[in-house]
Amino acid sequence: MAFYFVQFLTGLASAASLFLVASGLSIIFGVTRIVNFAHGAFYMLGAYIAFSLTERLSGALGFWGGIVVAALAVAVIGVIVEIVLLRRIYHAPELFQLLATFGLTLMVEDLVVLIWGPDDLVGRRAPGFKGAVDFFGQNIPSYDLFLIVLGPVVLGALWLLFQRTRWGILVRAATQDRDMVAALGVNQKWLFTSVFAVGVFLAALGGALQIPRDAVHHAMDLRIIVEVFVVVVIGGLGSILGAFVAAVLVSELNAFGILIFPTISLILVFLVMAVVLVIRPWGLFGKKEAPARRTPGLTVIPWRPLTSVERLASVVALALVAMLPFIAGNYALTVGAEIAIFVIFAASLHFLMAVGGLASFGHAAYFGLGAYGVAFLAKMAGLPMIVCILLGPLLGALGAAVFGAFAVQLSGVYFAMLTLAFAQIVWSIAFQWVAVTGGDNGILGLWPEKWAASPSHFYWLALGVSAFVVSVLRLITFSPFGYALRGMRDSPLRSESIGINGKRIQWTAFIIAGTTAGIGGALFAYLKGSVFPDNMGISLSVDALVMVLLGGVETVPGAIFGAIVYKALNIWLVSQTDWSKLVLGIFIVLIVVVFPKGIVGVVESVMQRRRAAAPKAAALSAKMEGAQ
Amino acid sequence: MKLSVSNLNSHYGPAHILFDIGLEVGEGEVVALLGRNGAGKSTTFRSIVGLVALREGQILFEGKDISTAPTHEIVRAGLGYVPEERRIFTDLTVEENLEVGRQKPRPGSPQWTREKLYKLFPNLGEMKNRPGGRMSGGEQQMLTIARTLMGNPSLVLLDEPSEGLSPKIVEQMVDAILTMKKEGVSLVVSEQNLHFARLISDRAYIIERGRICFAGTMAELDARPDIRDAHLSI
Repeated sequence: MAFYFVQFLTGLASAASLFLVASGLSIIFGVTRIVNFAHGAFYMLGAYIAFSLTERLSGALGFWGGIVVAALAVAVIGVIVEIVLLRRIYHAPELFQLLATFGLTLMVEDLVVLIWGPDDLVGRRAPGFKGAVDFFGQNIPSYDLFLIVLGPVVLGALWLLFQRTRWGILVRAATQDRDMVAALGVNQKWLFTSVFAVGVFLAALGGALQIPRDAVHHAMDLRIIVEVFVVVVIGGLGSILGAFVAAVLVSELNAFGILIFPTISLILVFLVMAVVLVIRPWGLFGKKEAPARRTPGLTVIPWRPLTSVERLASVVALALVAMLPFIAGNYALTVGAEIAIFVIFAASLHFLMAVGGLASFGHAAYFGLGAYGVAFLAKMAGLPMIVCILLGPLLGALGAAVFGAFAVQLSGVYFAMLTLAFAQIVWSIAFQWVAVTGGDNGILGLWPEKWAASPSHFYWLALGVSAFVVSVLRLITFSPFGYALRGMRDSPLRSESIGINGKRIQWTAFIIAGTTAGIGGALFAYLKGSVFPDNMGISLSVDALVMVLLGGVETVPGAIFGAIVYKALNIWLVSQTDWSKLVLGIFIVLIVVVFPKGIVGVVESVMQRRRAAAPKAAALSAKMEGAQ
Repeated sequence: MKLSVSNLNSHYGPAHILFDIGLEVGEGEVVALLGRNGAGKSTTFRSIVGLVALREGQILFEGKDISTAPTHEIVRAGLGYVPEERRIFTDLTVEENLEVGRQKPRPGSPQWTREKLYKLFPNLGEMKNRPGGRMSGGEQQMLTIARTLMGNPSLVLLDEPSEGLSPKIVEQMVDAILTMKKEGVSLVVSEQNLHFARLISDRAYIIERGRICFAGTMAELDARPDIRDAHLSI
């Protein structure tokens, strides 16, 4: 009994940091409507800076002062980030904001390694809380007791801040209606900046307070951000009390989950999250929000199927690309096959995002499931390659069917966070369930059969499948199903009022996207000859997002060009520098800020302008205006 | 001149909404902006306070050009705005709503305090701690006006104050507007209800499809039943 009680207390102590970080995220989201992916990076920076300060400053004052100064220093960094970057993208679509802050995370990850090195750092114990308290023969670290008290104290302080100060009242007012607050003479810019500073301070404090408990390392940002997303989805984004309750819930589930399912403890958290979402999609303490605003299109160029000339041009282009084996060597062909596979992956995400309006942040899960599907079939069942490639993606389809059923209940940032959390769960199953998946060692020795073994044959296979998948997705886009899906994207209420079963349509789209991603994963497994948990990792999901964004979200063929350019660039970059995350992060931020329409978007608007300049088009548009 | 707008053009994305709007408000004057639904009344107000991003033209407030200033600076200069949809903060109490509107006293502008406003709108004084979301439409309308007055404005743009209110509340609203005028606040009141406008205003503009098509005193408007019928009657 005493053991379980101590386990319970450990859970409560873990909840403190989680609550600090989650409440910071919630406060920032409430006012700025930005889901700050970089929140985990600020948490990590808080820990690193606190580590350095507490190493140098001695005594109790040095320790506690170091913790507070570290959090303040990171808050200042947050203010700079807000002023330089976020102010430019407050009116951008949610996806762009998430991506920009993700780019920031990548940069911080490499910078942290540059400054502090790649090794884990073990910090000082907290003065005054070095010992343990004996509880019926079980030891409880006294620092844990301190954290257990700290959580509710911070909750109370935040409550006072938001209820009793003018600043708090302004923040609550802005959470509801930003423009109205400006129309009453409040300078929104500085309100946003101060809110961001407070949120980042909380995250950094959460990180700094971890150093007596845990080693500081350069991957702690992603671990916490996934947990924080789960916490705010359960508690309700924007609710501080919700963040507290959900942080306790998630921490306790983790503490006891380890006892019940030692290898797949995250399953328990996932199940609770699923139940909460089914009953209250907006979280335990969140408020039901009106359907997410759709930012008016960045482009106003309407989509249309290819004309016969364009169709001919595409076939010619494909034929030319198919000539590659006659001029290029084996390495180029392998790169070519990889690019063709990523065209499939990017096209499947583009279908979900651009056609369906559902920006998934965990699309790699279905890519990876397809790859593992192939690996299971080939290694365990020993089926022939062609059967594996046909059936393997069904694992992706199955995953998409299960997760998609929950995910489409939400939209906007909630959807993005939930898909990310799902992907992380799939990843951790692949990582933890060593008996079946091989864990970190993956499943090896997965080579194509003779007919597809040579680089040129495999290249043709990948290219053929890629062309087929892209064509099918295009056909679906311009089919009645595609129209219904776009209707749901543009106006859920209007679509449902003309009899479209919106959730079902979106769910179907999710499964289509998951299956096609799985096809890409299946080919990828044979290309690499192995599968690893990283085939479903966050960074792969973000790669896909960047490909779609680089090509142009609001265009139909954008994903294809985005995948080709990005993948080629990426392969080249990794061969050139050790700091590829840093470069990639800068690249992502630049795309979002400078180049939000993507390659194809820019080309299209240039062509559109030219066409509008032509006299015939001018006459036509004049006629249309007259008719209106 | 308190406020002088000339050649104001506004756009929502590609749609051109306002065409060469011109209007003037004298010191201490109450001016009505009349027009049907969708004529451009609210867009005119939103353009003046800088809530419409795409606007061009000249807007002078107390002789200062505010046509490119950000919203909060315009409001802090003493130009108050009461939006049409009320837009009170439903999670905040009456007191807190007023607090959001509070600005420092401004020399030359009438000063308002909570106590003074509770006298002007006695209903509000009785529900200081009630959340805005649990108030009736009329009470919410009073709260939006009181909230804007907390900024001590010298001119208020009041968007359709009588919309959807019961006759009894409309009467209170007329009294409140006349009190504001007596205190020295200049007002532009947008209205569809000519009867209401006649009770409060000195002069009127009529707006139709984004253009001003009549400007004159209330007496001049009454002398032109053709204009009234063409642009206002239902």
